[in-house]
Amino acid sequence: MIEVTDISKIYSTGETETRALDHVSFKINTGEFVAIMGPSGSGKSTLMHILGCLDTPTSGTYVLDGEDVSTLSDDELADVRKRNIGFVFQAFNLLPRTTVLRNVMLPLMYANIPEAEREERAKKSLKAAGLDESRYEHKSNQLSGGQIQRVAIARALVNDPALILADEPTGNLDSKTTEIVLDTFSRLNEEHGRTIILITHEEDVALYAKRIIRVRDGHIESDDSTHTRRKIHHMAEAAPTLA
Amino acid sequence: MTSKDLFEETFTALSANKARAGLTMLGIVIGIASVIALVAIGNGAQASIQSSIQSLGSNLLIVTPGATKNVGGFGASAGRGSSHTLTIADANAISAQVSGITAVAQEISSRYQVTAKGTNTNTTVDGVSPEYATVRDVTVTDGTFFSSEQVQSLSKVAVIGPTTMTDLFGADAVAADVIGQQIRINGIVFTIIGVTQAKGGTGFTNSDDMVYIPVATAARYLAGGEYLTTVDIQAQSADAMTQVQTDTTNLLLQRHQISDPTQADFSILNQASIVATASSVTGTFTLLLGAVAGISLLVGGIGIMNMMLTSVTERTREIGLRKAIGANQKDISNQFLLESLVLTVIGGTVGILLGVLIAFLTTATGLLAASVSLGSIALAFGVSAAIGVIFGWYPARRAARMNPIDALRYE
Repeated sequence: MIEVTDISKIYSTGETETRALDHVSFKINTGEFVAIMGPSGSGKSTLMHILGCLDTPTSGTYVLDGEDVSTLSDDELADVRKRNIGFVFQAFNLLPRTTVLRNVMLPLMYANIPEAEREERAKKSLKAAGLDESRYEHKSNQLSGGQIQRVAIARALVNDPALILADEPTGNLDSKTTEIVLDTFSRLNEEHGRTIILITHEEDVALYAKRIIRVRDGHIESDDSTHTRRKIHHMAEAAPTLA
Repeated sequence: MTSKDLFEETFTALSANKARAGLTMLGIVIGIASVIALVAIGNGAQASIQSSIQSLGSNLLIVTPGATKNVGGFGASAGRGSSHTLTIADANAISAQVSGITAVAQEISSRYQVTAKGTNTNTTVDGVSPEYATVRDVTVTDGTFFSSEQVQSLSKVAVIGPTTMTDLFGADAVAADVIGQQIRINGIVFTIIGVTQAKGGTGFTNSDDMVYIPVATAARYLAGGEYLTTVDIQAQSADAMTQVQTDTTNLLLQRHQISDPTQADFSILNQASIVATASSVTGTFTLLLGAVAGISLLVGGIGIMNMMLTSVTERTREIGLRKAIGANQKDISNQFLLESLVLTVIGGTVGILLGVLIAFLTTATGLLAASVSLGSIALAFGVSAAIGVIFGWYPARRAARMNPIDALRYE
């Protein structure tokens, strides 16, 4: 359902050209949990932006859910993001001084979901993200880091998107909350069959995924589905204690 | 995004920064309030000036003699109105020969020392014909105005203004007691037969500080000649004024044997043209006030733009997030436009109320009868809304065109 074929991204500043992505191709199927890894400057952020429909490739095609999105305009991309993609950011990016519920309902507002339906859907996805119900009316600045990131995950889920794209979601969290948040992603993938792409530069974080795509200098260095299994089994055992 | 959502977002955003929103709004409040109040005061001044011109009488043409000219000599001109070219005979001829006239009043005006029982004052003594009372709207509250018989018989009777009355007989003098008393004008004894109603001290001369005596008496005993200082002509209607003015001019030119109208030894003031001139002067004045207030409104608008630009910069990451989760350019642009529009519309409404209050206070304190026109309220409201759109447009466009990737990374 994600099919990236031969995409390149070239940034030109004046005379110099930077090739951030160089003829990259891969496929990701529905229900996969993929980590995209690479050091800074490897092109993984550029790849994330293109996969998240925030940017378009200079050449090549990107087919998301059967639709070629590689040549769309700004507003058309916004429309695709609204329907198909849920974002989780490193910096959380919740609206300050706004309640948890309102934050989660925000994407529904832009998607023209009737008001009556919004709260119900927001509560459903907050539950899926594992946030305690007593926090729903809290302002986002009254929550801990782990709670904030779960609100952000709930916001990414609320539109029922084809793809959840998490960009360094644990970069600002301590190791304990990191584990909670990554367990949440695993559970969403295992139990709800969500397609998740996790962008990270940390090996431990990437191991939570079932497949790791390593990017370096604009190329795919390796695409590996074997070395993560151990962690996944560990995860499956740990899952019941999460609730 | 429904319009309800849009309003909710706007309310949340504005209430997050109440002090800033309030201060920015204050710029618009002051701008709009000053436009409303100053235009109302300007209109009030215009109405007040017009009413004092109207208080001279209605449909009035005022004929005055021209300047004394030293034909072929060197001497200085003694100024307009000083020459002895307008006579009682002229006035009678106008009355008899020009059509469309209601009344013609003769007037010999000069200042004399007036004394009564040891007090004295220097005031304007007007020798007038009885028609003057009609033409110039002079009403006698106590006693009577003199009749044409009294004019013909050179009666030494006088009608005095209320100010002259208090000047001569003390502040607590009553009109009824003053009638029958005697005063001396330039040493000649006159009997008071009436006191006029107060008109207020507005206009070119204070019509309450006056002594009216029969024109023939003035000509014989005070002026020493039948030369009039003014002939007041009342036309039958406003439409007839131009015709009466032309006919009077022709008649007087003919009587004075002047063939070139530019050499006329008299001039005719048309009340309508005085009103028109005064209106245009006060209109310019109102425009000037409005323009000054308009500048403060412009400054208020720039304040709005400044605030919106600051807000867009501060909320860059929020804009990035909104775009990432699917807001299109129109959603973002509408949100910021509505914020500035709400600021200016609320500011405008408060400004209108404040402006009306200022106008009301101006009227209540008796300074001037300021009049707020519905038109200026509608205009002010439209202008404030327009300011919201115009000065909000650029910041909104900046927000809408942000690249979501850069916006999300903004520190």
